[in-house]
Amino acid sequence: MKIIDGKIGWLLLLALAIAFPFFAAGNDYYLTVMATAYVFAIATIGLNLITGYTGQFNLAHSGFMAVGAYTVGILTVDHGWSFWPAFALSGFVAAFLGFFVGLVSLRLKGHFFSIFTMCVGYIMYLLIEKWEGLTHGTVGIMGIPAPTGFAGIDFEAPRSQYYLVLFFLALSVWAMHRIANSLLGRTFMAIRNSDDLAEALGINLMRNKVLAFMLSVFYAGLAGGLYAGFVRFLGPGIASVEHTFDMTMYMLVGGIGTLLGPLLGSIGVPWLTQYLQFLQDYRFVVFGPLLIILVIFVPHGVVGSYLAWRARNASRLATEAAAKQANTQTSAAGVIGRGQQKGSSHA
Amino acid sequence: MLEIQNLTKRFGGLTAVHDVSINFERNKINAIIGPNGAGKTTFFNLISGAIPPTSGKIIFDGQDVTGLRADQVATLGVSRTFQTTALFDRATVLDNLIVGHRLRTQSGLMDVLLGTRRLKEEERICRVKAQEALDFVGLSHVSHRVAGDISQEERKRVAFALALATDPKMLLLDEPAGGVNPEETVGIAELIQKLVRHGMTVCLIEHKMDMIMNLADKIMVLNYGEKIAEGTPAEIRSNPIVIEAYLGSENAAA
Amino acid sequence: MELILEQILNGLTLGGVYSLVALGLTLVYGIMHVPNFAHGAFYMVGAFAAFFLMSNWGLNYWVAMAGAGVVVAAVAVLSERLVFHPLRHHEGLHHMIAAIGILLFLEASAQAMFGADFRRMQTPYAGIISMGGVTLPSQRLLIIVAAFALMLALHLFLRKTTTGASIIAMAQNRDGAALVGIDANRVAMMTFAISGVLAAVAAALYAPINLVYPAMGNLVITKAFVIIVLGGMGSVPGAILGGLIIGFAESFGAFYISTDYKDIIAFVLLVVVLSLRPQGLFTTGAR
Repeated sequence: MKIIDGKIGWLLLLALAIAFPFFAAGNDYYLTVMATAYVFAIATIGLNLITGYTGQFNLAHSGFMAVGAYTVGILTVDHGWSFWPAFALSGFVAAFLGFFVGLVSLRLKGHFFSIFTMCVGYIMYLLIEKWEGLTHGTVGIMGIPAPTGFAGIDFEAPRSQYYLVLFFLALSVWAMHRIANSLLGRTFMAIRNSDDLAEALGINLMRNKVLAFMLSVFYAGLAGGLYAGFVRFLGPGIASVEHTFDMTMYMLVGGIGTLLGPLLGSIGVPWLTQYLQFLQDYRFVVFGPLLIILVIFVPHGVVGSYLAWRARNASRLATEAAAKQANTQTSAAGVIGRGQQKGSSHA
Repeated sequence: MLEIQNLTKRFGGLTAVHDVSINFERNKINAIIGPNGAGKTTFFNLISGAIPPTSGKIIFDGQDVTGLRADQVATLGVSRTFQTTALFDRATVLDNLIVGHRLRTQSGLMDVLLGTRRLKEEERICRVKAQEALDFVGLSHVSHRVAGDISQEERKRVAFALALATDPKMLLLDEPAGGVNPEETVGIAELIQKLVRHGMTVCLIEHKMDMIMNLADKIMVLNYGEKIAEGTPAEIRSNPIVIEAYLGSENAAA
Repeated sequence: MELILEQILNGLTLGGVYSLVALGLTLVYGIMHVPNFAHGAFYMVGAFAAFFLMSNWGLNYWVAMAGAGVVVAAVAVLSERLVFHPLRHHEGLHHMIAAIGILLFLEASAQAMFGADFRRMQTPYAGIISMGGVTLPSQRLLIIVAAFALMLALHLFLRKTTTGASIIAMAQNRDGAALVGIDANRVAMMTFAISGVLAAVAAALYAPINLVYPAMGNLVITKAFVIIVLGGMGSVPGAILGGLIIGFAESFGAFYISTDYKDIIAFVLLVVVLSLRPQGLFTTGAR
């Protein structure tokens, strides 16, 4: 099991991902499926930050992904920007909006927060659908340019697009890994455990929650921007709450509140759907009950359950080792003690 | 050390705490007792900043802290435990304690993304503090156990350790011996005395009379949100008002 | 003048429907303290059930409505037993996710069985009534009458019957209710069943002037949440009052401001209110 741990494990995954197009033997369809999965993985990792690590279930997440996507779409198609500058903004526009939404919504907790964000998500969806002057409404935005090439590489072909998306996924995972394992990540997790306890430990709830929220929607916006450059057309549907439900599914299956979980879920579940191709539109007939069963019986997902098992194992081994050490020490102490007693009786 | 002046808290039509004034002395063990529903936990919530008072003043170490948030109060040196401590059950005990020292650190998002030296240093310090706190409460042997697996008494000690990791001047302990058997209660009482020996001021809410009478330097009795008595254990034990309000029914058999 | 009257009646119609849906939601929240995100799907199942009972089995409108009530009550009770009851000790996040699972399952099943197309439900009250110079489609009048009659019946049930009292008792204090011998399981199932019936009736009443399609519950349920948050989670009068407020706001808003953005009104109202008063309009204590 050591092999899967730490840096080696991650590098192994990265190597597999880099090698994937060769396994796929140039099958463009597989590349597209995988790349799309990566895009949603980035957004899901973001959702995991606010929901899994900080404990607030944000149902407007896909709305923010749409904000990022439409930032790219509107700037490139309507204002002639090239892809990269527009993309650079996508995460920040989402985070900017997230600051205000977070400030208002994060004073609420639990269900209230989720209901509130569900409404915010609906507002975003309806605005995108109705505000034709800005978003082209239901017609959507078409003809978004692919990411502009450089240094002889162009991003028109599925394979290069795959690597581009993989690059950003790797970057996102690395950043999240940094955050999750740092004092900042621990702060978020303390908030998840208990608002009151975290506050009693001197943690400023609002400041940290808003930060987590902004970070999480930055990820969503970034994913949206990639989505725009990759799929090349947008409709209001990208803002639909169904995408948030999809991402919730990925998180739950993989393991909420872990780093690997959302990643595995975002890649595994779409592929599973691929195999159950006939289910495509009706995937929730299967996934709905699956979600319920998981929540009841395996709420920590694949990765979560594995980590819990591993922690128990490690703690059991550590306890046994400590007990052994204590035994040897007491027997040694016994010898020394008797020696001292002998010595002192002569003094 | 902690001066309370005319503290009052009203929730709509209900007055939970009414015009309570008291001085909690430095480096002593102060106890708050009273029948259920007397307002003890509300009082704690008020002085720890978890809820804002309707009126009155709270002065800690010479500084007016009335109306400050709980995290601000914690930064000033008042640390508080709860009746149940929410831990990350799937992580180790030590892991859970690292965040305890967070309030004394400055690292932010930039430090995390850039991997600055400040972050590394602060994380090291937090880990050291966590281990120190764990050693102090006598739980070094469980530092690598999964938090979900420890006993109730160990959990209570972990709560102490968490509060200690914040480098407090004063500890507010909410039922530190709750759900713990008599033998373990003695251990908790000894731990509290150890805290005071190391310079801490303690204020606790408890229902276990034997423990309080043997432990406390000063006791405040609340009933229906009002202070009905204040004094040493001997004084409280013989105070007729207190006996009637609270100890009466318990001492009926004695 | 006539126009205003028309808008008022419109507001009453919408308000009546929204109130019925919100009532079901608030009753369940009062018992479980969990928002049932699947309630919109119950509403949708009610509409489809009524639709098919009428079109395929040729049943009378009212009989079909009653049948739909039974169907949704069954679905609701099953949800309670199979999903919410096992989760009763889990954290709130799990309840929300599980409810979403039910919602997705019901919606996808409806789509699988009936397709995503919009259907029009027939009603025997397709005519128009003229009263004192005001013309009103009969169905709308029917909605107003039926909705308020049902709310009155519910109110009487909760106040005057033992079962109703036990629901209120359990909503106020679950443990206390258990101590006096109230069977929490029975009450939970009963409450869910009632919420299902309310949703089904609301759907059957409203469907003829709207359309029937698998996603029809989504917008309605989100508005119902707005209503119970504004009116107070678990409050019956709050749900009714809130429903009316939203109904009127939408009716007048659609007419005087814009039909396109009328759906946003409810959500904007929620955002504004909760931004200013995080504890809602009618709650007394802390969040």
